[in-house]
Amino acid sequence: MDRRTLLFGTAKATPTKEVSQRTNSGLAPYTGPFTNADLVHLLKRTLFGVKQSDLNAFKNQSLDQVLSVLLSPAALPSPPINTYNDNSYTDPNVPAGQTWVNAPYTDGTANSRRYNSFKAWWTGLLINQGRSITEKMVLFWHNHFATETADVGDARYVYKHHLLLRNHALGNFKAFVKDVTIDPAMLRYLNGYLNTKAAPDENYSRELQELFTLGKGPNSNYTEADVKAAARVLTGYRVDATTISSSFDANRHDTTNKQFSSFYNNTLIIGKTGAAGAGETDELINMLFLQNELALHICRKLYRFFVYYDIDAAAEAEVIVPLANLFRQNNYEIKPVLLALFRSEHFFDVLNRACMIKSPIDFVINLCREFNITFPNSTTDSVNAYLMWDYIRSQASNMQQNLGDPPNVAGWPAYYQEPQFYEIWINSDTLPKRNQFSDRFIGTGYSRNSRTIVIDPVAFAAQCTKPEDPNVLINESLSLIYTISVSQQLKDFLKSILLSGQSSDSYWTTAWSDHKNSPNNSSAKAIVTGRLQSFYKYLMNLAEYQLI
Amino acid sequence: MKRREFIRAAVPAAVIPSLIGGFTFKAFGASSWLSALTAAQVETDHVLVLIQLNGGNDGLNTVIPIDQYSNLFNARSNIIIPQNKILKLSKTSETGLHPSLTGLQSLYEEGKLNIIQSVGYPSPNFSHFRATDIWLTASDSNQVLNSGWIGRYLNEEYPNFSVGYPNATMPDPLAIQIGSVVSPALQGPGLNMGMAISDPNNFYNLINGIQDPAPNTPSGKELTYIRQVAQQTQQYASVIKSAASKVTQQNPYPTGNSLADQLKIVSRLIAGGLKTRIYMVSIGGFDTHANQVNATQTETGTHAVLLKRVSDAIKAFMDDLKFQNVSKRVMGMTFSEFGRRVKSNASGGTDHGAAAPMFVFGDGVQSGITGNNPTINTVVNVNDNLPMQYDFRSVYASILQNWFCVPTTTLNNVMLKDFQQLNLIKSAYSCNSTNTSNPNLSAGKKLISNYPNPFVDSTNIEIKTQGGHTLLQVFDVQGRMIITLLDSVIAAGIHIVRFENQGWGPGIYYARLQNGSVQQVCTMLIVR
Repeated sequence: MDRRTLLFGTAKATPTKEVSQRTNSGLAPYTGPFTNADLVHLLKRTLFGVKQSDLNAFKNQSLDQVLSVLLSPAALPSPPINTYNDNSYTDPNVPAGQTWVNAPYTDGTANSRRYNSFKAWWTGLLINQGRSITEKMVLFWHNHFATETADVGDARYVYKHHLLLRNHALGNFKAFVKDVTIDPAMLRYLNGYLNTKAAPDENYSRELQELFTLGKGPNSNYTEADVKAAARVLTGYRVDATTISSSFDANRHDTTNKQFSSFYNNTLIIGKTGAAGAGETDELINMLFLQNELALHICRKLYRFFVYYDIDAAAEAEVIVPLANLFRQNNYEIKPVLLALFRSEHFFDVLNRACMIKSPIDFVINLCREFNITFPNSTTDSVNAYLMWDYIRSQASNMQQNLGDPPNVAGWPAYYQEPQFYEIWINSDTLPKRNQFSDRFIGTGYSRNSRTIVIDPVAFAAQCTKPEDPNVLINESLSLIYTISVSQQLKDFLKSILLSGQSSDSYWTTAWSDHKNSPNNSSAKAIVTGRLQSFYKYLMNLAEYQLI
Repeated sequence: MKRREFIRAAVPAAVIPSLIGGFTFKAFGASSWLSALTAAQVETDHVLVLIQLNGGNDGLNTVIPIDQYSNLFNARSNIIIPQNKILKLSKTSETGLHPSLTGLQSLYEEGKLNIIQSVGYPSPNFSHFRATDIWLTASDSNQVLNSGWIGRYLNEEYPNFSVGYPNATMPDPLAIQIGSVVSPALQGPGLNMGMAISDPNNFYNLINGIQDPAPNTPSGKELTYIRQVAQQTQQYASVIKSAASKVTQQNPYPTGNSLADQLKIVSRLIAGGLKTRIYMVSIGGFDTHANQVNATQTETGTHAVLLKRVSDAIKAFMDDLKFQNVSKRVMGMTFSEFGRRVKSNASGGTDHGAAAPMFVFGDGVQSGITGNNPTINTVVNVNDNLPMQYDFRSVYASILQNWFCVPTTTLNNVMLKDFQQLNLIKSAYSCNSTNTSNPNLSAGKKLISNYPNPFVDSTNIEIKTQGGHTLLQVFDVQGRMIITLLDSVIAAGIHIVRFENQGWGPGIYYARLQNGSVQQVCTMLIVR
């Protein structure tokens, strides 16, 4: 069935509007004027949400200038710390406020608290991100090289694995694959450490080909025998639970020859004894990287993460294939591919705007960042900072994206599952949860230990150039919060919220000035606060708010 | 319950236009506007609950072929269940259950459980994702479908969904997924036919107001999708809440059991009067590559805990349905994307395999064991898999035809080809009560054999058919179908089909006979 027919139903189904169009634009550099809307589009796709301060910082910069900032890796953060001691439990090996990442395992209780600590810390990094694509790429790679905390079994491995993702996020993909292959967390997650000559375990070998490198594209024709042969190549790795490192044990390595199928040009990896056995892993990776499919697979995944899920024939020919060529020509460096994508006319094509549904992480982090929600100080009040970050993480988890714990090794279905893709995020259970989340933060917020995280709608509105003018306020709020343009009719309706149904703009102007002139007058403050709350609540409840 | 009574009983009189009362069932079907009004093409109050076991359940430690025990022991000595711990089943000494499955054992003894042996499909796939897609979409091994089998079924029953829904006769969701993500099985050709619920009391009121038209762009497409979900959420919130609120008392369910939690909601919604036909629930963790059992006590450990959850949850669910007086309307089935390898690995676990048993349960289920124990060879290699006896799509097709009364022509649109009918539903409950052949009757009778065996170049396969459509296939030891020797209508009696070795290597091969609802597999050996 044609994909479009599928999406819009067969003839007897809903007489919905005709087919949405796609575009023939390709990787040629975008030459249009670089407008504020273009900047917002670029930032919403590469960061988690856009702050007014981000827009101010990039004002009057060219696309290339902005990209050079965005594609510079963020500095490595300091590690997560012990904020998890409480009345019922104290970790004997980690003083409060110190990091646990190099401490002994302690016990299951400490470990489970460390998982939460790790996830909260990561959420904090997302909320406090700078103007670099790093955090988006870390999530991309977490979804790509997916692992689950409980299966890895030790938070220290999880942290080390996370650092690996962070270090390679904008680096060389081939080096990345090698390091992931012998990463202690991955060896545990996909049983690589149990893969021995006596009992080969195919788990990693299969996912290495099916998910991590070649994918299941139409021309990815490796065989079951290749899965088994690669498993034998990878026999012999062990992990050390004290040093959290991996090593190669030649005694557990299968030293026989490994024959691959015609898909791999009948490559024969000669079995090697002793330490040389580990060299077979490099030969295997070299073999994988000789395959055309590899670059195509990674570029398709990047496309679906940053542009749109539907890769039609034009997108394949004009974007994916040239990007894959570029990837190979640059010896699998990731940055040139991203640069070419984000400066292309395809990326800025009007048909590729506002067509991504926010992932749950996008949804919760965008809201916190765009509305400048103030969190407890992470240095002076770290216990409460971690608690609040954990709350935000838990909300995204309820919406079906639990950072650190994708549903399985394929990552979240919204990034790969035909035909729905991102639409999977939205259903009758999760959409109400999104609305409850935004309603809570535009309302009373979330309180714990007498700290509150909440949107201050008056401070948000005050960022605008003329907050006393309801038309300017509405336009500027929309251009920051939405990527889709809305009708005058809707703007009129939004204004009626600010004006409480009155017709003259001056009612709002007066209310705003009254508050500005006497900031301590609680009734003047309540007037603007209440109306702004209704206004932003409404904006966040519309379907448009789910799109970036 | 007859269709007419069902409508009367389930819908308040006021909302049914009075003229409907005089029409027969056929008249409904014949008139398009009336059919739109009454929604379903076939009226039934039957319900199907699908229980997905994610990860690939180890069939050989679930339903244990006791008569193969010594060979099975050789293949998986580190994880096999001690013979004296295996749960016995009446009327057979050859097949037993994992000791955790006491709930299923008692359902079997009550005549409410059918165990279908070695369910799979030709040329199995060993990737979780691909194999799951195959089971959910009911595709061939090498075919990619973008709709699920339940989605296609509901699309045939409610062809105009979601235009005009909900309405007086179908006020309820067509399918409900307990959880937060709707399964691809419920994906129809156009729309997803299911809705997800994690708590029937906790709906949230979405807003109405000014709505900009969606532009004709990808953005507009996603906008429309989100708006549809918002609208459906509102539309169905009240009926679900009200159904849930009608049930104030439930039989006890085990705690700390996520599957039991889900089935408890299902029971509540069924008993509360929802006309929803399909419910999906799931439980994960079956990907037991390592430490499937406790090494020192193999009847305990990860797999034992998982099976206990499944079995206890199903038993509690059935008891609750009985308590609610709706058990006659409900049948359930378990499935998993694949079974596991016959030979265990050194990590105390099992790698991805192929055919495995399915459980079908309910008051209306034909109780017993469908099919024979798989044969375990004396020497089992690491890559050996069980050959399939039954195609999983035969199970789906039989349920659609005999439980949901789907006519043959429609069935072809859903299943996309003909599948063998299995006798899974008691005749008193079945739409096609003429289907009397009981597969259990053929147990113990040899319907297929070959000579010479072992052989080098060719062998004669002797089959005993009751006449009608007869299928004879040969599979290799990894489950790949290598040739179809017979696929036609032939006369009853004994037939001999010659199987020429067209260059296949030495080893074990399986010949599979399928004749009506009966099938058998025989093991053949090619030698040099």
